[in-house]
Amino acid sequence: MTNALQTGVIRLQEATQSIRVRMRNPQKVRGVEAWLLVVAWAIAGGAIMMTQLGALGAIDATVLYLAGGLGLLTLAVHIVLRFVAREADPFLLPIVTVLNGLGIAQIYSIDIANGHEGWAADSIRQVAWTALAIVAAIIVLVVIRNHRVLTRYRYLSMFAAIGLILLPMVPGVGSTINGANVWISIGTFSFQPGEIAKIFLAIFFAGYLMTARESLSVAGKRILGLRLPRMRDLGPILIVWLLCMAVLVVQGDLGTGLLYFGLFTVMIYVATGRREWIIIGMVLVVLAVGVMFTLAQTHLSEAAGLGLGRASDRIDIWLNPFDQELFEQEYGGSGQIVRGLFGMAHGGMFGTGLGLGRPAITPQAADDFIFASLGEELGLVGVFAILALFFILVTRGLRIGFRGPDDFSKLLAVGLAFVIAIQVFIVVGGVTRVIPMTGLTLPFMASGGSSLLSNWIIIALLLRLSDSIRKTQEVDA
Amino acid sequence: MNRELTRVSALVLVMFLALFTSSSIIQSVQAESLNADQRNSRTIIDSFVVERGAILVDGQPIAQSVPSNDLYNWQREYTNGGLYAAVTGYNTLDQGNTGIEGAMNAELTGTSDSQFLSEIERLLTGRDPQGAAVSTTINAAAQQAAAEGIGDFTGAAVALDPETGEILAMYSSPTFDPNQMAVHDSQLVIDYYNQLEADPAAPLQNRAIGGDLYYPGSVFKMIVASAALKTGDYTLESEFDNPAELKLPQSSSVVKNSTEGQCGPVTDDKVDLETSIVYSCNIPFAQLAAELGEDTIAAEAQAYGFGQPLEIPMGVTPSSYPSDMSEANLMLTGFGQYDVRVTPMQMAMMSASIANDGTLMKPNLIDEIVTDNLTVVSDPQPEVFANPSTPGIASTLRESMEAGVDHGYADLAQIEGATVGGKTGTAENGTDNEPYNLWFTGYAEQDGKKVAVAVVVVPEENISGQGSNEIASPIAKSIMEAVLNS
Repeated sequence: MTNALQTGVIRLQEATQSIRVRMRNPQKVRGVEAWLLVVAWAIAGGAIMMTQLGALGAIDATVLYLAGGLGLLTLAVHIVLRFVAREADPFLLPIVTVLNGLGIAQIYSIDIANGHEGWAADSIRQVAWTALAIVAAIIVLVVIRNHRVLTRYRYLSMFAAIGLILLPMVPGVGSTINGANVWISIGTFSFQPGEIAKIFLAIFFAGYLMTARESLSVAGKRILGLRLPRMRDLGPILIVWLLCMAVLVVQGDLGTGLLYFGLFTVMIYVATGRREWIIIGMVLVVLAVGVMFTLAQTHLSEAAGLGLGRASDRIDIWLNPFDQELFEQEYGGSGQIVRGLFGMAHGGMFGTGLGLGRPAITPQAADDFIFASLGEELGLVGVFAILALFFILVTRGLRIGFRGPDDFSKLLAVGLAFVIAIQVFIVVGGVTRVIPMTGLTLPFMASGGSSLLSNWIIIALLLRLSDSIRKTQEVDA
Repeated sequence: MNRELTRVSALVLVMFLALFTSSSIIQSVQAESLNADQRNSRTIIDSFVVERGAILVDGQPIAQSVPSNDLYNWQREYTNGGLYAAVTGYNTLDQGNTGIEGAMNAELTGTSDSQFLSEIERLLTGRDPQGAAVSTTINAAAQQAAAEGIGDFTGAAVALDPETGEILAMYSSPTFDPNQMAVHDSQLVIDYYNQLEADPAAPLQNRAIGGDLYYPGSVFKMIVASAALKTGDYTLESEFDNPAELKLPQSSSVVKNSTEGQCGPVTDDKVDLETSIVYSCNIPFAQLAAELGEDTIAAEAQAYGFGQPLEIPMGVTPSSYPSDMSEANLMLTGFGQYDVRVTPMQMAMMSASIANDGTLMKPNLIDEIVTDNLTVVSDPQPEVFANPSTPGIASTLRESMEAGVDHGYADLAQIEGATVGGKTGTAENGTDNEPYNLWFTGYAEQDGKKVAVAVVVVPEENISGQGSNEIASPIAKSIMEAVLNS
C-alpha cells in the first residue's frame, strides 16, 4: 500500500518535473498563469452569476461587485508576480481564485436565502476581506524578496505566535463566539488571531528545526524499545507546543489545537526522519484525549468555564448523530451536523444547482458548514472537483518542498502545504463524519476574514518559495 | 529529507482519499435513506414545491394539489375527504404522512427510482417538477355503500375482487377530515391531531387493516371448518354431540349456542357440520377445535394469512391466533373467542379465497401509477398471495356459506339474482355485556362478476334482535350490490 502510494507520488513528481522543463522560460510561466486565471475568472464569475440567476431569476449589479472585485484583485496579484516573482508556480493563484470565487458564490446563495443585503451580506464582506487578504499577500510578496530572511526572525515568530494565541484572553479585547474564546473584537469586526499564529508557528518550527535537526536526530535513552531523543534537544520545541495546546484547550478551540499538533508532528518528522516522533505524537494525543474525558466527567470544566466539556459532547455527536435526544438538544446537539448531512444528501450526485438548494437550513451554513452547502448545491461532482483542487494545491506546495534548495525552504514549504491539507481534512472530515466535528473553516471558501487573510498569506509565501527555487536552479544550471 | 516528504505526501493522499470516500458515501450510498429521514426538512419542503401527484378513484381525484400563494406553492385538497380517509391517509407539512400519501410518497413527489428517467428529462427541458398520479382500485359506489351502511357505528368494511385481489372498498368509522391535516399551519395541524388522538373512538385508526384488531367470533368458524375438511376426516355431514350446554374441561365456564338451546331448527342428539355453520352453533365447533388441536388450527389460520406481513401498500397488521393454550381456551377459539384477533382485511381475504377456488390473491390498492405525461410508471398485476385450500374444499365451504345465506343466520344478505354465500359472527368483548363485534363476511357472484366482503360494526349497546345478521348483513349486501351493479 505504502509502496504503491510512494510510487504514485514519485510519478506525480516526474510528471510535474516534465511540465517544469517545458516552462523554463519565466515569461512562459506567467503566460500559463494568465491563461489559467482567465479560466478561473470564468468559473468563479459564472458561479456567482448562476447563483443569482438560480435564486432570483435575474442578474443585477451585485454580480459585478462580487465577481469583478475578485477578478481585479487576483489580476493585481498576477501583475505583481510578473515584477517580483516571475518564476513562481503558475497553478497556485488560479486554483485559489477558483476556490475563493466558488466560496463567494456559495456564501452569496446563503445570503439571498437569509435576505441579507449590502454590508450585512456575508458575501460582500467576504469580498472586502478578500481584498484585505490579497493586499496583505501582495505586501508579503513585495517585502520578502528572499525567503531566507525569515530564518533570522524565527524566535520573533515564536513570540508573535504565542502573543497572538494569548491575545483573546486579554480582558477587554477577547470575546467568546459559539463557545470558543478565540476571537478579538474591533468595532463590529471579529478576528481570530490564532489563524495568523499558525503561519508564525510554521516559520518558527522551520527555522528552529533547520538549526536543531542534527542534534534532534541524535538518539538518547532507549525506553520500551523506542530510541527517544535527548531531553535537552526536545525541551524548547516541546515547551512552545505544550503552551499552545494548553491555551487552545482552555479556549475550547480543538480544531486549531489539532492543526498545530499536526503541523508540529509532520515538520519534526520531516526534519529528523525519526518515526519515534510520530509515536510520541500519538501518545500525546491519547493522553490529551484521556485528560479531557476525565475532566469532562467531573464537570470541573463547565464550572471553570473551560472548553473541555465540548470535546466529549462532540465525540458523542460524532458516533450517534441520529440519536433523537442528541438531535433535539439545543446546545451542543447533533442537529447541525445532521442537517449538514441532509443537505449533502439533498444535493446527491449532481447537486441542486447554485442558488437552488436550501443550505441555509443548516446553522452556520456559510462558515463551518460551507462544505455541506457546496455539497448540496454542486453535488458530489462539485465536491470532488473542489477536493481535487485542494489536493493539487497541496501537492504543488509539497513539490516546492521536494525541490527546495535548503532545509529551511523545504521545511517551510511542507509546513505551509500541510497546514492547508490538515485544515481541509479537519473541516471536511468533521462535516462528513470521518473525525469528530471541531471548529475550523475551509480555507479560501468559508466566510470569515481571519481565515482568508492567513491562507492568502500562506499562498504568498508558497509563491515566494517556488520563485526562489526556480531562480536557484537556474543559477545552478 | 525527501524520503520523509514522500511519506508525508502519501499521508496527504490518504487524508484526501478518506474525504473523497466519506463524501461519496453520504451523497450516493446513504443519500436515499438520509432524504427519507422524517427529520429532513429539505425533503418536506421539496415535496411541497413539486406538484404532488393526485390520488384517483375511477379517474376522479380524491386528493390533489392546487396552487397556493404561500411558501409551499401547493395546497393538498381532499374531495370527499372523510369518505376516503382510510385510503388516502393524510399529507401534512411536517407531521408525517399516512395511508397512500405515506406509502406512495416517493411516487407522488416524483422521487421514486422508477421516475428517475422522467426526472432527467425534466432537468433537460426545464419543466416544473411534478409527481405521478396514483390511481386506486377503489370502486366509488362500493366505498359509498360501505360508508352509508356503517353510518354512525364504529367499525370497518373491506371489499375485494376475489380473482385479482383488487381492494374495491376500504372504510373505517369514525373517519376524519384529511383536509384539516393538510393546512399550512403546523399549530392548527397539531391541534386537530391532538383532538383526534384524544377522541375515545380513535378516528385516526384505520380499523380495516390495523388499530386494536377485532375478536372474530363465529366468522372464524370457516377457518376451523376448512382445517377440518383439509384433514380428510371430516365432511359437511360429520356429526357432533348436540347438548344445550357444554362445560369446558378444567374450568367452571360453560359454552352455550347463541339460541341458548340445542343446535339447529330440528333438535336431535347429533348435529352435522353444515347445520353448525348455517345456524352458527358454538358447541359443535368447541368440540371440533378440541379434536383438531391447536397446531392444526394455527397452521390453517396461517395458510389464510394470519401472522403474515402484508403491504397493500400500507402495512396491514397481521391477525393472530393464540398459542400454548389450555384445552378450554382452545375450545373457545373454535368459535373465534378467547384471544383470536383479526383485521376485517384478513376476514375479507378468507372469503375471497373461498370464492376463488382456494387461491388467495394478494390484496392491492394500486391500480396504476401514471406520470403527468401519461407514461405508466407502474401497473401492478394480480399476484397469488397463498393457496390456503383446494378447489374441492373451497367448493364445500361455499356450499355451507350459501346455505347460511339461503336459510340460515346470514339470510339478510340475500341479493336477488346473485349467488351469495356468507357467515355472520357475534364476538364478545370481555365478560360484562360490553357491545359485541357484529360481523359479516362472504361473497357474491353474478354474471361472472365476483366480490368478497367483510364488515364489522360495534354498536353503542347490545340490543336484543339487533345482532350481526340484522345489522352487518345488510351493510355487506349493499356493498356487494354496488360492486355487482357497476
